Amino acid sequence: MKKLLTIILFATALFAGGAVEGEVHKQPLNISAIVMFLIFVAATLGITYWAAKRTKTAKDFYTAGGGITGFQNGLAIAGDYMSAASFLGISGLVYLKGYDGLIYSIGFLVGWPLILFLIAERLRNLGKYTFADVASFRLKQTPIRTLAALGSIATVTLYLIAQMVGSGKLIQILFGLPYEIAVILVGILMILYVTFGGMLATTWVQIIKAALLLSGATFMAIAVMAHFGFSFEALFAKAVEVHPNHDSIMSPGGLVSDPISAISLGIALMFGTAGLPHILMRFFTVADAKEARKSVFYATGFIGYFYILTFIIGFGAIVMVMADPTYLDEAGKIIGGNNMAAIHLSHAVGGNFFLGFISAVAFATILAVVSGLTLAGASAISHDLYANVFRRGRVDEVQEMRISKIATVGMGVVAILLGIAFEKQNIAFMVGLAFAIAASANFPVLFLSMFWKNLTTRGAVIGGSLGLATAVLLVILGPIVWQQILGFEEAIFPYKYPALFSVTVAFVAIWFFSITDKSEDARIEREAFEAQNIRSQTGIGAEGATSH
Amino acid sequence: MKLTPQMIEHIKHNPKYQLLVTKRSKFAWTLSIIMLIVYYAFILIIAFDPSALGKPLSDDSVTTIGIPIGIAIILIAFALTGIYVSKANGEFDDLSREVKEELEAELAKEVKS
Repeated sequence: MKKLLTIILFATALFAGGAVEGEVHKQPLNISAIVMFLIFVAATLGITYWAAKRTKTAKDFYTAGGGITGFQNGLAIAGDYMSAASFLGISGLVYLKGYDGLIYSIGFLVGWPLILFLIAERLRNLGKYTFADVASFRLKQTPIRTLAALGSIATVTLYLIAQMVGSGKLIQILFGLPYEIAVILVGILMILYVTFGGMLATTWVQIIKAALLLSGATFMAIAVMAHFGFSFEALFAKAVEVHPNHDSIMSPGGLVSDPISAISLGIALMFGTAGLPHILMRFFTVADAKEARKSVFYATGFIGYFYILTFIIGFGAIVMVMADPTYLDEAGKIIGGNNMAAIHLSHAVGGNFFLGFISAVAFATILAVVSGLTLAGASAISHDLYANVFRRGRVDEVQEMRISKIATVGMGVVAILLGIAFEKQNIAFMVGLAFAIAASANFPVLFLSMFWKNLTTRGAVIGGSLGLATAVLLVILGPIVWQQILGFEEAIFPYKYPALFSVTVAFVAIWFFSITDKSEDARIEREAFEAQNIRSQTGIGAEGATSH
Repeated sequence: MKLTPQMIEHIKHNPKYQLLVTKRSKFAWTLSIIMLIVYYAFILIIAFDPSALGKPLSDDSVTTIGIPIGIAIILIAFALTGIYVSKANGEFDDLSREVKEELEAELAKEVKS
C-alpha cells in the first residue's frame, strides 16, 4: 500500500504541471540559456507587434479572425498540450520507473481521437468564441453561461497556479534567477502577448514553441539511438543493466494498480481534455469543420510522436545520466530531482550549448501554455460574463475588447500573486482538480447539449453544478488534500482521482432534472434541438472566417 | 445564413441529410468504441495482470511485449484520426455540400412559385 501511495504521489506531481517539486536551490547563471531565451523573447515580441496590428475586432482577439489553417492549429494545439510538465515529467517518470511512463503518455493521448470523432466539428459549427456559446446555444443564456464561465475560470486558474509555481522553480534551476523574478517575468510576458496580440500572437507563440520542442526532442532521441546503433534492444539491455530496478523497468510497475483508480484516471484524462476551455477555444480559430478535423489529426500525430520521443529520452537518461557522476550529487541522486533527467541528458548529448537550447525551450514552453490559459480565462470573463450575462448581449465590440484586455491584465496579475503565494505550498492536487472539474462540469454540459435533445436549462445547471461540487469535495476529502496537506490520519475518500464518481453524478443529475422538467421553456428548448442539430451537422449558419 | 423554420422542414426531410447523419454518426461512434476498447483493455491488463505485458519478445531479448503494444496504441490513435478525417473531409463533406445545394434549389423554386 505504501509503495502504491508513493507511486500515486509521484504521478500526481507529474499531473500537477509543476515540473519541479519541493525545495530547489538557485543555480549559477546559465549564460547560453539566457542568450537563447532572449532571442526567443525578442522574436515572440516581434510577432506580438505584428499580430497587434492585425487584431482589430473582437473576432480577431478571441479567434485570430478564424483564419488559422488546420496544420497551424494542429501544431498550436500540440503546443498548448505539451507542457513543461509532460516533457520533463514524463521523461522523468520513464527515468525513474521505465515502462510506467509510457502508460501515462498513452492516457494523455487517447482523449484526442474521441474529441475528433464526437466534438470537434460540432463545436466549430455551433460556436463563436468560447465553448459556452455552444453549451448555451438553445438553452437560457444567463444561467448556462454563468456556469460555463465559472467552470472555465476555475479550471484555468488552478492550471495557471500550477504552471506559475512550476515555472518559477524550473527557471530558478535552469537560469539561476530568483523565484519571484521568474514568476513576474513569466506573468509580464504573457500579459504582453495576450493583451496586444490576442489569439494571433498566442497561436504563433505556441506554434514556434511546438516546433522548437519537437526538434529539440527529436535531436536528443536520435543522439541516444545513434549511441546504440539505432537498436532498441541494445538501448533497453544497457538500461536494464544500469537501472537499480533492472528487469522490472520493462513492464508495468504499479502506476495504476487498482481498477477503480485506473478507470477513474482514464476518465479524468479523456473527458478532462475534452472540457479544457483553452483547448476547446482553439477550434474556433479555424475557418470551418474541415479544418477543425485536420487540426486534431495533426495534433494527435505531433503529440503521439512527442510521447514516443520522451520514452526514448527517458531510457537514454537512464543509460547516459544515471551512470555518470557529473549529474549526481554526493548521495548518488540526480541533481535537481528526477524531472531534470531530460535536461541533464541534453548536456550529455549536446554539451553546454544544447543544454542552453533545451533550457530556453522549457521556458518558452511555459510561456506558451500560460498565454493560452490566460486568453481562455479572459474570454470567459469578457465574452461570457460581461457581454452576455451582465450586458445581456447588448454591447458594442470596442467595449467588449476593452473589457477583455482589462480581464487579461487582471488574470495575469492574479496569476503572478497566486504564483508567489503558493511557492512553498503543496500544489500537487491542482492540475488533477482542474482536469476533474473540466471532466465533471464543463464536459457533461457541453456534450449533452450537442447530443441529447431532452437536455434542459434546469438539468444542465443542476447537474453541472453538482458535478463541479462533487469533484471539489472529493478532491478535498481524498488522500492528497485530506491526508497530505491537512494532515489527517486517513483520507475519507480513498481514491486520488474523483472523476469516475463526479462525472457519473453530473450525468445522472443532468438526466434526471432534464426529463422531469415539464416547463414551457423546457418544451421550447427541446424543440430547438432540431435546428441546432442541422447546423452542427452541416455547418449551415456557422461562423465564417474573416479575411484581412 | 440563418436557419428559418421552412429551411429546417426541408432539410429534415431531405434523404441525403438523413443519410449523412446516420452514416457519419455510425462511423464516428464505431471509431470511438474501437479507441475505448483498445485503451481500456490495456488499462485493465495493467490493473489485473501486469506481468502479461512483461513477457520478453523472445528468450534472449530484454524488450518486453508491452513496449510494441504501447507504441501500437499510440499509432492506432493516430491512424484512427487519419481514417476519420479522410472519410469526413471527403465522402461526408461531399454529401453535406449536396444537401446544401438541394436546399438552395428548393428554396429558389418556392420563391418563384
